Amino acid sequence: MSNRNKFLIGAFFIAAAVVYLIFSATKASAQYFLTVNELLARKSEFVGKNVRISGAVLGKTIHYDPQTLELRFTIAHVPGDNKVVEAQGGLEKVLHEAVNDPNRAHLDVVYHGPRPDLLKNEAQAIITGHLGNDGVFYADELLLKCPSHYEDAVPNQAQSSPSNNNQ
Amino acid sequence: MLAHIGYGALWLAFLLSLYAIGTAFYGAQRHKPAWAESARRAALLVWPMLTLVAVSIIALLLTNQFQIEFVTSVTSREMPLYLKITALWGGQAGSLIFWSWLMATFTFALMLRSWARDREFLPWVIIVTMVTLAFFLGLSLFVENPFARLWATANGHIVKAMFRPAGAMPFTPQDGNGLNPLLRHPGMILHPPFLYSGFVAFVIPYAFAMASLITGRTDARWIRLTRRWSLAAWLFLSLGLILGMRWSYDVLGWGGYWGWDPVEVAALLPWLSGTAFLHSVMIQEKEELLKHWNMVLIILTYALVIFGTFLTRSGVLSSVHAFAQSSIGPLFFAFIGITFTISLYLLMRRWNALKSDLKIESLLSREALFTFNNLVFMGIVVVAFWGVIFPILSELVTGQKVTVGPPFYQKATGPLFALLLLLMGIAPLSAWGYASARRLKKLLIVPLTLSLLTVAGLAALGVRSVWALLGFWLVALTGFVTIGEFVRGVRARMRRGESPFTAFVRLLARNRRRYGGYIVHLGVIVMAAGIIGTQFFATQTQATVPQGGKITLGRYAMTYDGLQEFFARDGRHVARAIVSVYKDGQKVGTVHPRRDFYVDSQQPMTIPGVRSTWLDDFYVILVDWQPISVEGATFKVYRQPLVNWIWMGALIFILGTLVAAWPEPDPEAAKRPSPRRARRAAKAATP
Repeated sequence: MSNRNKFLIGAFFIAAAVVYLIFSATKASAQYFLTVNELLARKSEFVGKNVRISGAVLGKTIHYDPQTLELRFTIAHVPGDNKVVEAQGGLEKVLHEAVNDPNRAHLDVVYHGPRPDLLKNEAQAIITGHLGNDGVFYADELLLKCPSHYEDAVPNQAQSSPSNNNQ
Repeated sequence: MLAHIGYGALWLAFLLSLYAIGTAFYGAQRHKPAWAESARRAALLVWPMLTLVAVSIIALLLTNQFQIEFVTSVTSREMPLYLKITALWGGQAGSLIFWSWLMATFTFALMLRSWARDREFLPWVIIVTMVTLAFFLGLSLFVENPFARLWATANGHIVKAMFRPAGAMPFTPQDGNGLNPLLRHPGMILHPPFLYSGFVAFVIPYAFAMASLITGRTDARWIRLTRRWSLAAWLFLSLGLILGMRWSYDVLGWGGYWGWDPVEVAALLPWLSGTAFLHSVMIQEKEELLKHWNMVLIILTYALVIFGTFLTRSGVLSSVHAFAQSSIGPLFFAFIGITFTISLYLLMRRWNALKSDLKIESLLSREALFTFNNLVFMGIVVVAFWGVIFPILSELVTGQKVTVGPPFYQKATGPLFALLLLLMGIAPLSAWGYASARRLKKLLIVPLTLSLLTVAGLAALGVRSVWALLGFWLVALTGFVTIGEFVRGVRARMRRGESPFTAFVRLLARNRRRYGGYIVHLGVIVMAAGIIGTQFFATQTQATVPQGGKITLGRYAMTYDGLQEFFARDGRHVARAIVSVYKDGQKVGTVHPRRDFYVDSQQPMTIPGVRSTWLDDFYVILVDWQPISVEGATFKVYRQPLVNWIWMGALIFILGTLVAAWPEPDPEAAKRPSPRRARRAAKAATP
């Protein structure tokens, strides 16, 4: 066999290994990103499967036991599509409405571990874990976002009279 | 006033870059060097203009000009001076200006060099750098203007605009929002400048590559001219990544240093393709092979640099790095698409001119192993790129958002990184041109034996994980081969009567590229040991304990001795725990994990207390506490074995890059062709 062919075979093996690694790793670790409505609508399909969900935290439902490190709270459905969120007036407004709308779908969440800094009323929770047979979502990982904390486009709470300095 | 000066300078810089593009193009088309010279001067002028822009933004930040939207969004009154200056790259608009300023700085340095031998490249290098710069300046002018100010409209809304909207009144908030406290850390202050410098410096080899394709001067000249730019870009990018890791470890309080966050991956991608590029250009210089491949790599690196900036700045992916959602996404996408297509078209046009009559002669030759190394690097690029775009792709195709997390990257890149380590171990032993398996075996025996002994020793010490042992074996093998290279070199010199020390110094000084490269390899090996240690052997626990209570983790234990609460002068409320650390029952130190609460931004921040040694780090996080009750406090405790090796490896790595990049005393030495090529040349000369 010529060196060129041997070389091509070597290259082919590397390429094949890369393709195999991508497919097997994707299959093993792909995670559906769902809204509360989607998860509840396809309950049977997703029970026990590792998924990622997002929702608005209901502040009154947060219960934390520092002895057992058990954290329980409830989230309300929020739309998953950024465009829909923007169309409804931005994330902050959408979260506020989700929390105060009694007709929204709710989901109870249990998590074991430290209470995250940003867990509070009307925060957006992005939760990785699985839905149990009891209808409770068992979280392995919590990610919280408070839309008001990062780079506000406009400081709406700043109280100041219009001024003409520095013109 | 200041804002208007800055805004004017920004426009001037933009117009100058457009002028440089136009005149350079005309000069190149009509072969009029005077026009190219005019373009060069315009390109030189861009830098002082952009410096003026950057200085005026910094002045606005320092003087609390809160009527400027950008100033309000990233500073507040009580922030210290240095943070107000570095807030320049703390927000979207300012960081784009900073990117442009770095680009202009590098171009300025480039324009000042002597172009006598490379006149034909000049106009095209100007065009490529100025097009890139003009794109970023356009974004700043038309989309993310850092000088836009706040206005109160007639119906009570606050809007941002450069000029007064009809019926609006100027609006000045009392105080700004302040920089996100997570970004107030030395690592975070230096991380973006290094990363951006790395990004920007890769534009220069790309510009020369394009100039080489356009002019048809397709020899290795463009590679020699830009070797040090590539090395500098690579060094900056490496430093940026390492500082980011260190910041993550020190500040984010999750016990780790690399989370495969999409934005981290976006910064890693150009580093990977750049590393492949640095290796494969050596083959072109020595053997005149892989000319197409080098072009592909530099084009890809440029595209990934813009892609990386795009991911960090567009808010397409949610991550700790993302700034607020912005409209600049589609523009970036269009720019990447257009430049990538044009680059590939130029490459196709010169495809035949780049063909080489030489072939790889042996599978074990150094050029063959380098090529395999390149393929593996590209494999990792493909894997990582797939991980980043998979959520977007899956949503486009199935309408369902599916993400892949860190396990995907670990599973898919782990074996490829291991293969890279192996190739790194063998390649230095093989020769250019032709290498025999017998010679290779002979050279491998000693390192192989030593590495197997190391693994046996580790197994005897109780390491049981097969994968970890395999990893350590690769690390040991590659480490011994690399050290062996130094020993062989020093011995050869000692036979000529040099003392060991002189022999070592001269070995390094006379072959900077080669031994500098080996030092970099040693750094990578030390880092690899650290990564294996933390990946396979990290342990953690968490508990709530009363004052005086104890938490045990392996051979370590900690006691909660007390808590202090106080207000710091910069507006933080600090809760600081006093924790004693014990190892095997002996007290080994005291650490102070703490929680800072930034009152102005209502943001808490968790700073770990770390007891650090060469063997492992004992890392304590204060999770929660009850101020006046007996319940005590909750701690999360990690043991991170060998994590210090990562930082140590990084230092060796930087040192090696500096050795490799140091100017050669004899510039022709670097260009010496391999013996094979010299023989061929001699044969060709005597028909």
